[in-house]
Amino acid sequence: MIDGLATTLTFVALGAALWGVVLVVVGRPLLIDRWHGLGLLGVVALLELGLLAQAVVGVVELIGTDREVDTFSFLGYLVGPVLILPLAAFWSLAERTRWGPGVLVIGCLTVPVLIVRLRQVWEAHV
Amino acid sequence: MSEATLARRTRSGPGRLLIAVYAVFAIAASSRSAVQLGTRFEEAPLAYVLSAFAAVVYVLATACLAMGSRASRRVALAAVSVELVGVLVVGTASLVAPRAFPDATVWSDFGAGYLFVPVVLPLLGLWWLRTTAHTPA
Repeated sequence: MIDGLATTLTFVALGAALWGVVLVVVGRPLLIDRWHGLGLLGVVALLELGLLAQAVVGVVELIGTDREVDTFSFLGYLVGPVLILPLAAFWSLAERTRWGPGVLVIGCLTVPVLIVRLRQVWEAHV
Repeated sequence: MSEATLARRTRSGPGRLLIAVYAVFAIAASSRSAVQLGTRFEEAPLAYVLSAFAAVVYVLATACLAMGSRASRRVALAAVSVELVGVLVVGTASLVAPRAFPDATVWSDFGAGYLFVPVVLPLLGLWWLRTTAHTPA
């Protein structure tokens, strides 16, 4: 596991979630033609790229390691956030009220949770 | 209220957020349950069967809330009610008879492992189905 990448992704996800919370509080929908919407989607896109990179590195490390890792759980926690984030983005763009960015907040908050679980599965010598 | 209006109301506003949270639980519970049943079923059969049951309930609730037709709302109401009963019964049982649950389910300890979201979610679901059932004044 690259701890640096996982930590960076955690902070980026929390930052994006915070941005989303601000949009919910001030009552703005997620608009792609406004700086606050486009910026948030840009950060989410970067986060998605980082999660993809983490998934690739994770699979390579899983193949290379000689320790016993709970393979299926590990793969689930690697791939899960990669799928959840774009789904959240689409579901959130379809909503023209403040609840739209709220959906993205939920999507972003799952990322740190899944990363914590990913680390636990990697470190537990099952 | 027309069927289309009802469906739009069900999945708009707070409803969209609610469905998003349900979807996260549906994905989490199904994948977790698939791993448990596929790799170590014999370790905690009761807990793992309950996990699988919870996964089905979450998937049903998510899909039916998102569809929002009259019929699917009825299924959603049933799923959310079963979910509420499930989390209360399993939550109580896991505290009273912890030995029956060697591994945790989503509903163990009233969903404490998931920040108690599992016990709050069905209440919000019931509230939302009730709110959207009536035409706004």
